[in-house]
Amino acid sequence: MEKLQCICKEIRKNIVEMVNSAKSGHIGGSMSSVELMVALYHNIMNLNINENGRIDKFVLSKGHASPVYYAVLASKGYIDKKELLTFRKIDGNLEGHPSIKTNGVDVSSGSLGQGLSIANGMALAKKLDDKPGFVYCLMGDGELEEGQIWEAAMTASQYKLDNLITFVDYNGLQIDGALSEVTSPEPIDKKFEAFGFNVININGHDIEEIINSINSIKDLRNSKPSVIILKTIKGKGISFIEGDYRYHGKALSDDEYLKAMKELI
Amino acid sequence: MKSTRKAYGETLIALGEEDNDIVVLDADLASATQTNMFKSKFPERHINVGIAEQDLVGTASGLALMGKKVYASTFAVFLAGRAYEQIRNTVAYNNLPVKLCATHAGLTVGEDGASHQMLEDIALMRVIPNMIVLSPADEIATNKIIRNIKDYNGPVYVRLGRSDVPSIYTGNEEFKIGKSILHGDGRDAVVFATGYTVHIALEAMKELKQKKVNIKVVDIYSIKPLDKETIVDSARKAKKVITIEEHNVIGGMGSAICEVLSELLPKKVARIGIEDKFGKSGKAKEVMERYKITKERIMEEVLK
Repeated sequence: MEKLQCICKEIRKNIVEMVNSAKSGHIGGSMSSVELMVALYHNIMNLNINENGRIDKFVLSKGHASPVYYAVLASKGYIDKKELLTFRKIDGNLEGHPSIKTNGVDVSSGSLGQGLSIANGMALAKKLDDKPGFVYCLMGDGELEEGQIWEAAMTASQYKLDNLITFVDYNGLQIDGALSEVTSPEPIDKKFEAFGFNVININGHDIEEIINSINSIKDLRNSKPSVIILKTIKGKGISFIEGDYRYHGKALSDDEYLKAMKELI
Repeated sequence: MKSTRKAYGETLIALGEEDNDIVVLDADLASATQTNMFKSKFPERHINVGIAEQDLVGTASGLALMGKKVYASTFAVFLAGRAYEQIRNTVAYNNLPVKLCATHAGLTVGEDGASHQMLEDIALMRVIPNMIVLSPADEIATNKIIRNIKDYNGPVYVRLGRSDVPSIYTGNEEFKIGKSILHGDGRDAVVFATGYTVHIALEAMKELKQKKVNIKVVDIYSIKPLDKETIVDSARKAKKVITIEEHNVIGGMGSAICEVLSELLPKKVARIGIEDKFGKSGKAKEVMERYKITKERIMEEVLK
C-alpha cells in the first residue's frame, strides 16, 4: 500500500506539471481520480495481451481527466515520462482528451456520456466469446446528467454484464458549480440500484478500500453489472483548490503552481 | 421489386452463417429494419438496446473495438440524426469498423411523414472524416455492398429505403467503394442518381430514347468517396448535367457532384431533390410526385 501511495504522490505532481506546461487542462477531476487510477493500473487490472489487446479494458468516460490517465500510463511505461510535458501541445501526441492513437489508450473519449455504452460493447464481446477479463469504466458524477448513461445502464443490466465494473468519481462538482445547483443526478446510488446494479459506496481516496471493493465485486459474478461510487474531493492534494469548482478546467497561475508543488512534495 | 432494407436483412443472414464474428445491433426497430431475420437465426449475436440510439452507436463501437464485425441499424433520422455526435466522436474518430445501416431514408418512407423522412443524412455523414457513405439502388446492389463492407476496416454509412424498388442489376456488376455504374452512353445529358432515384432516372432514359434524345445515367452508389474520374468524364461528354436524389439539395449527392465539377470541370448543374424543406405524409410515390422527384422532372430538365 505504501508503494501505491508513493505512486499516487508522483502522479499528482505529474498532473500539475502537465497542466502547468500546457497552461490548460483539467486538474480538479484528475486529482480526484488518482487513487482509483493507480489502484486499477498498479494492482487490479490484468494488463497482459491477447488477440484483442489487453485482457482487462479501461474506458475513461470522463475524458477530461486525461492528465491522470496519461500520468498513470506513463508510470506503467506505455508513454515515455518525458512525453508528459508535450500534453496539449501541437507537436505532441497527448491530445487534450484521450485519443486511441496514444499508446495504452483503449478508446478515444472526452465527449461525456459515451463511455459506459462503449464499455458495455466490450463486455458483451467478452461474453459472446466466453473470454476472461473485466471491463472498467470511470465516469464523472456531473456526467450522469447525460441521458446516454442511463440508456447504457439499462443495456448493462439487460445483458447481465457482470464482467463490467464502472466507477463514479463522486466529487460533487461540475464546471458550472455544485451538482445540486446545476441539475442534480442524485441520489446516484439509488438510481443505479434501481437500474439493476450492484452498488458500493466508498472513500475514493482510500486506495486499500478501493482495491478491496473491486476484488469483492470481481468475486460476485451475480449476473449484475456493478458500480462503485467513490466519494472524492475535487482537486485533492492542493489545499487551495480542493472543493473549488472554479478549478475544474483551468491552469494554475505561476504563484499557485509553485505553492501547489510545495504541497505535493 | 424489393426494398433495399429487405435485401439488407436477407444478406445479413447469409453473412451470419459465413462469419461468426458478425454481430447485429438494433434499437427496437428490428422488424422494420429487417434485422429480425438475423435475430431469429442467430439470437445470441443480435443485440437490441431498446429505443436508445446513442447507446446503440456506443455499444456497437465497444464490440468493434473487440474485433467484432458490427452492423448497427435503425431509421436514418434517428441514426444519423439523434446519434450524430456519437457517430462522429466514437465511431469515426476512433476509425472503428462499425457498419451503420440506416433504413427508412428519404421521402419514400411515405405515410409516417416529415418527422421520419430523413432528408439530411447524406450531408451529415459525408462531412465526417473517415466515414464512407454508400447508397444502393436495388436488391442486388444492397446485397453486394453489405457483403463488400464486411471486412472493410473503418466506418461505413449505408443509406437504405423502406419502399420496394424495381430490380436493376443482374449480379454481374461490381460495387466497390469509390466506384459508380454507368447506364447508357447518350450525350444529350448525364444524370447522376443515387439509391431510389436510380430507377427513376433509368425510366427517364428509356422514354427520352423514344424521343431520340439520348442520355447517360450514372449510379452514384458511392457518395463518399466519389468516382471523380467517371463523374468528370461523363460531365465532359454531356451537354447537360443533372443530379437527382431524395435528399435536401443542400449538402447531398448533388452538392458533392458540384464540388467535384467546380474544381475539375466547371459546368452548370441542375440539382433535383428536396428544396430545403421537410417532407410530408402520403404514399411514397405521391410524396415523390409532390416534391417533383420524378422522371418527368428529369425529362423536363433534359429537354429544356
